Amino acid sequence: MEKTTVKKSSLSVSENGLERKKGKKRLEVLKTYKIYINGQFLRTESGRYYQPVNAAGEKLANVCLCSRKDFRDAVVAARSAFGGWSSRPALNRGQILYRMAEMLEGRKAQFVEELQRQDVSKTKAEKEVLLTVDRLIYYAGWCDKYQQIFSTVNPVSGSYFNFSVPEPTGVVSIIAPQDYPLLGLVSVMAPAIAGGNTCILLASEKKPLCAITLAETLHASDLPPGVVNILTGKLSELIKWFAEHMDVNATVFCENDVETQKMLKEKSALNVKRMIFYDNIKWETEQGQSPYFIFDLQETKTTWHPIENIGFGGGAY
Amino acid sequence: MKKKQKNILPRKSNTLKLSFDTSWTYAPAPESRTSATIQPRYDLFINGKWTKPESGKYFETINPANEETLSEIAEANAADVNKAVAAARNAYEKYWKKLPAKERGKYIFRIARMMQEKSRELAIIESLDGGKPIRESRDFDIPEAANHFFYYAGWADKLDYAFPGKKTASLGVAGQIIPWNFPLLMAAWKIAPALATGNTVVLKPAETTPLTALKLAELIQEADLPPGVVNIITGAGETGAALVQHPDINKIAFTGSTEVGKMILRAVAGTNKKLTLELGGKAANIIFEDAPLDQAVEGIINGIFFNQGHVCCAGSRLYIQESVANTVIRKLKDRIETLIVGDPLDKNTDIGAINSKKQLETIHYYIKTGIQEGAEIYESSCRLPSKGFWCKPTLFLNVAQSSRIAQEEIFGPVLAILTFRTDDEVIEKANNTPYGLSAGVWTDKGSRIFNMTRKMRAGVVWANTYNKFDPTSPFGGYKESGFGREGGLHGLMPYLHLSNLIPNSTRK
Repeated sequence: MEKTTVKKSSLSVSENGLERKKGKKRLEVLKTYKIYINGQFLRTESGRYYQPVNAAGEKLANVCLCSRKDFRDAVVAARSAFGGWSSRPALNRGQILYRMAEMLEGRKAQFVEELQRQDVSKTKAEKEVLLTVDRLIYYAGWCDKYQQIFSTVNPVSGSYFNFSVPEPTGVVSIIAPQDYPLLGLVSVMAPAIAGGNTCILLASEKKPLCAITLAETLHASDLPPGVVNILTGKLSELIKWFAEHMDVNATVFCENDVETQKMLKEKSALNVKRMIFYDNIKWETEQGQSPYFIFDLQETKTTWHPIENIGFGGGAY
Repeated sequence: MKKKQKNILPRKSNTLKLSFDTSWTYAPAPESRTSATIQPRYDLFINGKWTKPESGKYFETINPANEETLSEIAEANAADVNKAVAAARNAYEKYWKKLPAKERGKYIFRIARMMQEKSRELAIIESLDGGKPIRESRDFDIPEAANHFFYYAGWADKLDYAFPGKKTASLGVAGQIIPWNFPLLMAAWKIAPALATGNTVVLKPAETTPLTALKLAELIQEADLPPGVVNIITGAGETGAALVQHPDINKIAFTGSTEVGKMILRAVAGTNKKLTLELGGKAANIIFEDAPLDQAVEGIINGIFFNQGHVCCAGSRLYIQESVANTVIRKLKDRIETLIVGDPLDKNTDIGAINSKKQLETIHYYIKTGIQEGAEIYESSCRLPSKGFWCKPTLFLNVAQSSRIAQEEIFGPVLAILTFRTDDEVIEKANNTPYGLSAGVWTDKGSRIFNMTRKMRAGVVWANTYNKFDPTSPFGGYKESGFGREGGLHGLMPYLHLSNLIPNSTRK
């Protein structure tokens, strides 16, 4: 009680109304970490929160403990954003991903500091942030190229023009890797949206801070509302909704946890959801990026059209 | 004012009704049964030999056109499945895996060639066992099956070029379960890519149509394929379940109903089995007012009545733009009167027998449901044979979007007809289904074709054509119609393990 009083009195208000520190330290302004749904920063509808703690025992922040309803709201947002995002010019999607990288680059220090607060060493934190920026640029470049890698013109017998192209699977629910709270999340988010999908991400449970700060940079990157939605909360509580929802087309899960994988796959049968497991990927390596991550969240559409032979040209054209 | 009213009166179609009411009849033109040999009894094809089933049981396969028994078929139980998987594993480890890719390819080419040689016999047996018109089995099923083997044979030694940046490796033993609607063709769709990619196979054909798969086993024996590389076991759902659950299988490929597909999905949960599912569909076939209507009507007929409507990608929901709805419906009614329903072996037959009694009951159930839900039924006036399983070509008019006959897969010659006014409206209606296998669009306007084909959430879209297939053309669904592709370069992927060519080094 005594101590608190002392601390409070370490601040006083000067004559001209400005705060002035008596001691060396200025009182820190704590950030409220809100979830990101449909381009808005919201509190969870449940009103619940949790306080992740770092190794030193410091409480990191009050973080939203999202509910099933938050997830459902996010799916509605993602579904309404899908048509617009998937039919945007690929070049434009690339430019928005590049813009994300630019915005992240400008806020490197903030992410490094946040990672450090979440028990990542300075060297590793710096490396993770730089890799994250580069990974966004990597996928920015793929936005208008993967289609050419994965498309075919099929030499069918008979007089038809026939081609196959990748198209986004739709709404993707993603449980971001628990390790690499920033790089991991971006490594699974970027291929999803580069390919025209919209997504709902669940941030690392123990290290959720960067995910929300990332949402703020995404928000300033011309990303349309609803394309990326970021939730925080308990993995064990939310995971089954991620796999059960009937308007989700695919789910990505990154932990090497056989029991959970089994549960997810069983749930996926409800609407034949595409269930994608990245349980053995080292996100900090070259292995962590590839156009095949984009292709995993694509459907292949084949289109046929007759070719009519008109006239008498025969072979002479 | 009066003049204006005159102008907005619906324009009468200037097409004349085609005269089908002449006394023209077709003389019977049956294909001879004598060029097909069917053994009175078939055992299981395991490790290159015909093996009596451990179960000791046999079931009959009948001709759905006259209900006569064609042959007795062994019923594989879990022990038989175990034997077949062990044979496939052994062949994989000891031989097939080590065989140079180009030699593997040559075996597959050989199967394709022998299938062409035996195509007449295979076509007859396909029509006898499954009830499909001989014209379809002769001109479509068998040649397409042979072409499928021929196409994938060539891939065997070219896999390095298929997936940029990736090294490919075979998976091991593939368990494959196929349906009764295109028995030999589905066997080819499954076996050809599996062998080309270096896997060995245990295949289970459907219990109502096992004969051509067993003829394929004879052919594979003649082709001198190493024992155990392809094993063909027969039985019903329980045999399939034993195959799906076998722990030494690396890959399951299934074509069939969405309901069974979901069961398989649950059964492989928690295992490392790679899975492809090709499931049901309820395709929209969309006719715009500017479409060449007579061609479109042919496309609608082919879309729903091809193979008695036993087609997962059948165009079973017809959307007609309101302005031409009356014309198109009249033409459709006229056209179904001309369809010849009857003996599958007759070369003039358009619509053969329904595959099984059970399927006929399902179709009748949906016809009853459609009537109960208030849709207006129109059937061809054709006469049906007294024996066997038959269904008249059937149209349902005034169908609601929410009606079960517009939402659920019937898998028979029953067409639900709906109308629309605008492009956006029909896009929404067409996509309003849990399925996403195929769709059809009929219009003369190129830009509209591309808008429509892009916005259909379906794996195969036919524009100004319908029900076309090719070994080079990837086939498979969106949403609850399954995942994975069969055919083309894309059809290799489900049978391969892809690993990075780039070393997994940590970046500096």
